[in-house]
Amino acid sequence: MSIEARYRHRFGAFALDVSFRVEEPGITALFGPSGSGKTTTINALAGLFRPREGRIVMNERVVLDTQRGVFVPARERRVGYVFQDARLFPHMSVLDNLRFGWRRMGRADAAVFANIVELLGLESLLARKPAKLSGGERGRVALGRALLADPMLLLLDEPLAALDAARREEILPYLERLRDQAQIPMFYVTHSVEEMSRLANQVVVLNAGQVTRQGRVFELLSDLEFSCLTGLAAYGAVIPVRVSEHRQNDGLTMLSFDGGELAVPRVERPIGAVMRVRIRAEDILLALEKPSAISANNVLPATVTGVEVRDGAHADVQLACGGTRLVARITRFSLSRLQIAATMPIFAIVKSVTIDAQLRPPADRSS
Amino acid sequence: MLTAAEHQALLLSLQVSLTGVFAAMPFALLFGVVLARWRFPGRALAEGFLSLPLVLPPVVVGYLLLITFGSHEPLGGWLLQHLGFRLAFTWKGAALAAGLITFPFQLRAIRLSLEGIDRGLVEAAETLGARPFDRFLNVTLPLALPGIISGAITAFAAALGEFGAIITFVSNIPGETQTLPLAIYSALQQPGGEVEAARLCGLSILLALAGITLAQLADRRARALLRT
Repeated sequence: MSIEARYRHRFGAFALDVSFRVEEPGITALFGPSGSGKTTTINALAGLFRPREGRIVMNERVVLDTQRGVFVPARERRVGYVFQDARLFPHMSVLDNLRFGWRRMGRADAAVFANIVELLGLESLLARKPAKLSGGERGRVALGRALLADPMLLLLDEPLAALDAARREEILPYLERLRDQAQIPMFYVTHSVEEMSRLANQVVVLNAGQVTRQGRVFELLSDLEFSCLTGLAAYGAVIPVRVSEHRQNDGLTMLSFDGGELAVPRVERPIGAVMRVRIRAEDILLALEKPSAISANNVLPATVTGVEVRDGAHADVQLACGGTRLVARITRFSLSRLQIAATMPIFAIVKSVTIDAQLRPPADRSS
Repeated sequence: MLTAAEHQALLLSLQVSLTGVFAAMPFALLFGVVLARWRFPGRALAEGFLSLPLVLPPVVVGYLLLITFGSHEPLGGWLLQHLGFRLAFTWKGAALAAGLITFPFQLRAIRLSLEGIDRGLVEAAETLGARPFDRFLNVTLPLALPGIISGAITAFAAALGEFGAIITFVSNIPGETQTLPLAIYSALQQPGGEVEAARLCGLSILLALAGITLAQLADRRARALLRT
């Protein structure tokens, strides 16, 4: 699957000039502040918005080429769209909503239908009308309806934005499962760092109608320029980890990653499960020697790969820990005191590892 | 309880009003879609023109019908000669007059309910592979249904009371064009007809009440379709 899009359009004073190319499957996050052109961009991919000028190619199929007058209407693009407000048909039952696209796209296989209904846990909702569903249930039905239309590309426009944290957790695991199981590439519009770091494989960053960055999520999140957009508190590294051990004696779970192991309070995932954790730049301390008497459990040997002095009193130190990139925020004073410079071996003391709330045991959730 | 004449006038009123409203409905739907969806120059003028039957004196509407569909007029003559379809002085003519006079009620209700439909739902249908007519039939129309029904019922209630246009166009013929209001008028013209007129008035009131109750029930049912 490859998607290539570039288009220009003007809404009054707001000019859009968007261009990107995505080759990999998985989830591509369209990330950016409100009003940066994210929804307009996926509407252009869907065929619901016709830019004044541009060209969009999906899987070698030209769906828009304004120079040659090509415009494939939305109904022929085979693009599934999960709208922010779900947009379920209020006069139809959940079952009829699910069947809407399924029938029109000529799918006859009942097993596929049953599969998706089961994957999204929709059996008990089929007879209901959308007005009788909770926000999270609506989101799942909208996702099912889009999937059943047999799309080649799935577009999700902030499907979680209207939901509270608990409802979000009703949908996020399904999206993760979909990412890991289905072969459908997805574009996921969001302005949430948490959703992006949990779901995305790669990121297209939009700002004021332009693509300002594009890259793999693990690289982008530990990228200095990128942190301006996400806010400094979220700045840090996203690390793919695998659950390697649940220790009975002290209630810790060991997570292995490319570069070592992290000990964290018990995580409710089976051994071998793959997940993502975040380590914020502010949660890493640096030491030149391996500290021995210290309460932090995670002390990782690393190498300094770069130093960036920030405005004010801070400096960011880029680290390589095995094949994993980390970033630590320390003061400029510490930087000069310890004379930290590139290629230097160093110890990263991880104060805390951010894990999605849902994966923690219930007792931990309140704290 | 009812005399044969009263019975006849009652049935004729229902027949004329129902026929008129149903005959006007497809046109109201067509023009409602045009006015709700299309932006064209002169749209306000077009809407004003289509609302004319409501603001013109009914006698004027009746007169215009007479000089259009009268059996000796070009259009009315053609209909009679080629299709054997006579409007002048028949109950069908009365239905035409009643349907035309109340057409703006239907048009307005349909236009408003079409304009109130979330375009996002129609877009969603499009991404799911629905063609334009499919979208109209399966998304737009069912969502506009409460508006269509309430417009039709308002029109029906108003049609029951139509007097001027009917008497001008198709005259006052018992058993053919004499609906309840016309029967009341005739009763009042006769010496000692006051009792008969009062009975017919009572009948009109009952009919109107029944109509309004029915309208509310139908409206509630249509809205419930979207909820349960």
